[in-house]
Order: sequence, then structure tokens, then C-alpha cells
Amino acid sequence: MKRLRSALTVLLGLALGLTLQAATPRTVSVAAAADLQFALVDLQAAFTKVHPDIDLALTYGSSGNFYAQIVNGAPFDLFLSADETYPQKLMDAGLADRASAFRYSRGRLVLWVPAASPIPLERLGLKALLDPAAKKVAIANPRHAPYGRAAEAALAKLGLLDAVRPRLVYGENIAQTAQFVQTGAADIGILALSLVKASAMSGLGRRFELPLDAYPPLEQGGVVLTRTRDRAAAWAFRDFLRGPEGVAILKRYGFLVDGR
Amino acid sequence: MDWEAIRLSLRLATLTTLALLALGLPLAYWLAFTRRRWKFLVEAVVALPLVLPPTVLGFYLLVAMGSRSPVGRAYEALTGHTLAFSFEGLLAASILYSLPFTVQPFAAAFAAVDRGLLEASWCLGESRARTFLRVVAPLSWAGILTGMVLSFAHTLGEFGVVLMVGGNLPGRTRTVSIAVYDQVQAMDYGAAGRTALLLLGVSFLVLAFTYGLRRAQRKPWTLI
Repeated sequence: MKRLRSALTVLLGLALGLTLQAATPRTVSVAAAADLQFALVDLQAAFTKVHPDIDLALTYGSSGNFYAQIVNGAPFDLFLSADETYPQKLMDAGLADRASAFRYSRGRLVLWVPAASPIPLERLGLKALLDPAAKKVAIANPRHAPYGRAAEAALAKLGLLDAVRPRLVYGENIAQTAQFVQTGAADIGILALSLVKASAMSGLGRRFELPLDAYPPLEQGGVVLTRTRDRAAAWAFRDFLRGPEGVAILKRYGFLVDGR
Repeated sequence: MDWEAIRLSLRLATLTTLALLALGLPLAYWLAFTRRRWKFLVEAVVALPLVLPPTVLGFYLLVAMGSRSPVGRAYEALTGHTLAFSFEGLLAASILYSLPFTVQPFAAAFAAVDRGLLEASWCLGESRARTFLRVVAPLSWAGILTGMVLSFAHTLGEFGVVLMVGGNLPGRTRTVSIAVYDQVQAMDYGAAGRTALLLLGVSFLVLAFTYGLRRAQRKPWTLI
């Protein structure tokens, strides 16, 4: 009994200590398409230099998943989608601020294999998907990831979908898809250029860029959400992404930025 | 190492354990001593989280807590934020999800107490509450501690429900198990490895502690 009581006292003390949290500064919660996960590290560093008073809380995932979460009340301030459909739907539902909508880039698809892969990607180009060594082909889940939808559309347009479908494996989002191929769990993947250009992948594999006319343009839009607690801070990061510094970083990761 | 996520997980696990202690003791007492015929139905409900896929529980909780449900709307009107995707929502989910890990060891320990001792205490005029505090609880302290340790550890390790209900928000709902998932996706295998090793070590220690207790329970006089 004594032991039980002292154990309880310790636990209670621990709980109280853990419940007292430090006051948080201004925070912008960003729901970001997973193709931004490396570019946003640089963007965050550059943004913090200009706005040291604003913290960015970054969550990566598939845009469709974020859309569902935001509809269910997830407390994000800014949504950076991998397409423009989900931001549009949020604006139509009154959950996003129409005046804040902006296009930050156009996403690009690449075929990617690990450096040691026997698939001669450079020689085969798109036909690499039919190579016998391509036993597992990774794409993002087309049901809720725009990159997956674009990859599927490209396969269909190129007439490869039926041949490739039995070998497809689906990542939860484009970052997990890239990780499947990077670890060798899948032999080849249709990935986002912005991921394979990052240092975590760039030296580790070979890539082939899909022609831009092979898939419907992946226009990528961002929007400030109406339930944001700190509109000014959310707008500050939105404007930073559109400014010269933000655009330069996005370009470095292979995002095409409109007219700039 | 994502210390923010580790702190958050510890806070969540501690609060879940305390809440389950308050909730689990009476529930387990009732389960151990009731003679109701429909007791088995309550037992089945308590054990549900053991067999339900986390996605099923996560889906129901998300719907129940979301801003479209009456519960979610009432909570939002009171606090100004939704229950889903908040720490409080995560706490509610963890309490449900870890319920059997607390209640089952509690109930088993209570049921193992010699009924003669209870009846003797009642005959001596002690109330049920005092009998519980002076007779049942001291005799089942190992079971109570086991239930608490297991619910703590189980909360540290939960993943699916947390991901669905919490939404992976840093500092608010990104627990340590989700931080590992994130680190793997970001190809930060060094960080993922360190966090995974920490969780492996903690899980092993917790289980070793629990089984050690079970050994000690057989000869309680050496420990009381």
C-alpha cells in the first residue's frame, strides 16, 4: 500500500510538471504536400531569418488526406497542396480565404532508380517501366495524392498502364513513395523532381524526367485557411513563398514557378 | 531526436494512465465482483480495443469528434477549437484505446483476492470502500501497478489511432511513434534509428518490470 501510494504521488507530480507548458510564440501550422518536405527545410530557415518571431510547425502528407482533415476541423493555418483542386474545394466550402489563393509552382514527375539498379534508365527512358528488373513500380496513392493521380494519368497516356498495373505499389504520399524506391523496396518509382533533387536522394540514384505533355499540368496552389488564429503570420509566410527569396529556393528544388 | 515529440508522448501517457486509474478501478471492481448475468457483454466491450483495427476506432473517433458531429460542435463552442486534432482529443482516444490494458490486470488481481477476507472485513463492520482500500487494494497492488505500467507503455506505442485522430501536428499531436514514421519518410534514417532504439529500450524495460512484478507477486511477503 505504501508503495502504491508513493508511486501514485510520483506519477501525479510528473503529470503536473508535464502539463505546465512554456508559452508558445506566434506559430503558423502548415499542412504541406510531401513533395515540399526538403524544400521547406530551406524555406523555413530563410523565413525564420526574416521573421524570427514566427514559428513554422510543418506537417507533411498527401493533399487529399489534408483536405479531409481540414474539412474535419484540423487546426492548420496554411495549406500548400500538390494541386489546385483541393484548395478550390476548400474555398468553395468557405474553409479557405479566396483572396489568399496563390499558385506557388508546377510539380514535375521523374522516373527514378537507385544508383546500383540494373535498369538502364538513361537508355530506355519511359520504357524502363517495362524492364524485367522493374518488378515493383512505386507511385503515390492516386486516391488522395495528386502526384499519384498524375503518374497514373501519364501511364495511361503513354499506353503503359495495363502493362504496369500488376506491378504497382502505392505510397501513402509522394515522400513515402520516394522512400520505397530509395530503400530498394521498390525497383523504380514515378516521383516528384523536388524530392530526388534533394541531398537525401540526389547522389543515390539516376533519374529521367517525364515530358511535361505526358500528364495534366500539376499546378500547385496554396491557401490561407479561414480558421487560422494568426492571419497576419500565415499571410507573412504566404507572401514569403511568392517573394524573390522563396521563389529562388523553390526553383532550386526543381519546381517550375509561373512567369518568374 | 525529436524531444518535443518525446515530451508530448510522456505527457499523454502519464495523463492517460492517471485517467485510466480513476476510471479503471471502479470498473474493474465491478467486473471482478458483480454477479450480473450480462457482465460478459461489458467484458467484451472493454476488450474491444484489443481486437479492433486502430483504423476502425480512429474512424469512429474522428467522426465523433469532428466539427460535423454534435459532440465535436459542443466542444468547439465551449473551447473554441475542435476536439479532433487536439491534445485533448488524443487523450480521449488513448483512454479508450488503452482501457483493456488497465482494466484486465486490475480485474484479474481483484478476483484473485480471497473472498473470505472480504467477507470477514464486512462482518467486522467495515464499509465496502474501506474494505477496498484496506484489504483489496493492498493485496492486488502488483496487478494495479501492472495495469498502470501497461497502459502507460501502450499509450507510448500507439500509432494508428493517433495518426487518424491527431493528424501529426508538431507540439500538439505528433507523438514519438509518429515522429519515427515522419523521420523514415524524410529519409532521416539516423534520427529514426535513434528514436526507434529509445522506444525499443523503454518497451523492453516496461515488460521486464511487469514480468518481474509477476514473479514478485507469488511471494508478496518479500515486497510488502
